[in-house]
Amino acid sequence: MVKIAQISCGTEYSGVQKEIEKAAATFGAEITIPEADLDYIDEAYKKFGFNAASSSIRLMIARAMSIVEGKADADAVFIASCFRCAEGALVRNELRRFIQQNTNLPVVTYSFTERTKADELFIRMEALSTIVDRKSLLAREKQEGLTIGVDSGSTTTKVVLMENNKIIGTGWLPTTDVIGSAEEGMKSAFEGTGYKLDDIDGMGVTGYGRLTIGKHFNAALIQEELSVNSKGAVYLADRQRGEATVLDIGGMDNKVITVNDGIPDNFTMGGICAGASGRFLEITSRRLGVDISELGGLALKGNYKHALLNSYCIVFGIQDLVTSLAAGGTKADVAAAACYSVAEQVYEQQLQEIDVREPLIQVGGTSLIEGLVDAVSTVLGGIEIIVPENSQYIGAVGAALLVSGLGKK
Amino acid sequence: MKIAIFPPNSLILADLVERHGHEALALQKEIRKKVIDPEIDSPPFNITQDEPIKGLKYAAIEVPSGVRGRMAIFGPLIDEAEAAIIMEEAPYGFGCIGCARTNELSMFYLRKKNIPILELQYPTNQEEAIDIVNKINTFLDELEEKNG
Repeated sequence: MVKIAQISCGTEYSGVQKEIEKAAATFGAEITIPEADLDYIDEAYKKFGFNAASSSIRLMIARAMSIVEGKADADAVFIASCFRCAEGALVRNELRRFIQQNTNLPVVTYSFTERTKADELFIRMEALSTIVDRKSLLAREKQEGLTIGVDSGSTTTKVVLMENNKIIGTGWLPTTDVIGSAEEGMKSAFEGTGYKLDDIDGMGVTGYGRLTIGKHFNAALIQEELSVNSKGAVYLADRQRGEATVLDIGGMDNKVITVNDGIPDNFTMGGICAGASGRFLEITSRRLGVDISELGGLALKGNYKHALLNSYCIVFGIQDLVTSLAAGGTKADVAAAACYSVAEQVYEQQLQEIDVREPLIQVGGTSLIEGLVDAVSTVLGGIEIIVPENSQYIGAVGAALLVSGLGKK
Repeated sequence: MKIAIFPPNSLILADLVERHGHEALALQKEIRKKVIDPEIDSPPFNITQDEPIKGLKYAAIEVPSGVRGRMAIFGPLIDEAEAAIIMEEAPYGFGCIGCARTNELSMFYLRKKNIPILELQYPTNQEEAIDIVNKINTFLDELEEKNG
């Protein structure tokens, strides 16, 4: 059984302790609390060098120290503190770094509210358990043989056929019927390659529909998107070593994942409103009368400062857009403002709560909108952003890459 | 009299208060109610989403959930208090309450109550320790006299 060491403050009084334990148990893991006696607490936080005012946070430090010094037995670490606690946020992040620098344990951090439910923790616990169980698999840096990866997303299904570390076929279509869309995507991936489903060495599946299609096609690898997407992103960007941040601004929700040697250690998912999503850009391009594929180039020609688009809500965002156009704004300025507005909101809603590490690898369909990539870089103070080739296929590439480590089916 | 003690889980303070015939408003009793209540099952403290909501009486919605959850239990004790003994800078062994922000708020509420309060700093040597016990005894005796 995978032992997940819990290092936290406030979980008992927030009423989320049972949710954490429930989420871990669902994925065959057990929550353990690292040992720390009274004298050791003082010794540990002094050694660590953070004199926290809250004694529970000092206890967190001692528990982390106990793991680093090998006094506690753990396979993975879950670090959590209350959302909105500044001291908790500081220590949470520093402890994450401290454990990663001094051990090989996978770490996931989380800031919870009293509304945090086990379901929200599932993907994190599943990721921790699979990272431990499949460590050797996740260390895989090259794809071998002939494998297929299917990413059954909420909006689109992506399929990638890979042979000896090269993508030889792709499929990308809207997800309607989960199985039907996967079949269709595979058909287009096999097209012109001369291969058929029976020829492949293995199938890896990820995304919202992974369980359904994984069962239907008897896939050798069914894995959550957190570890698969991180692996796919660092593989495509050729950043398998060291730290990076993966940003996926999706059609409906956004994901920000921080990775260390290709293994995810923190992520945030979701968004408050569609104003911070790819859907807003889709509607913007429709209103501007341009194809979504042209929006990015158009945005690069404009100046976001010449049009005001900063609504959280997609409805008011479009209202701003109409007002800007009516006031004589150019299409290019409005396109630039729309991209900037999405980037700014992703920053405000998600990037702020995560420790963004360079390089930032931007992936997903929206990474093909150059204006959006440029806006994200501007919002983040001009940091280096990598958009790897085939960035829209990261989940499918990650699945095809990882399944090749399982051998011939 | 009902005496709030801080840290509210200090066995030493609770014992001193009880020796003088007062009732210590100790955290352990409140937690016990949470643990043995058969109606709810949410170990280790049986705290559910309801507590952070009840805690809104003492700490606003923008305050971390852990502070509100704690205040749902500490707050009613403060409401009941007729006097208080506050020991600041206490180490774990004396009775530790984990969240510094909750401690600041709890002490603030106690001070605002206009009740007799004895505020002390945790002793660093034996002499100070004896002095503190004497101060606590005197404070409790005076409360008894005032109370008749």
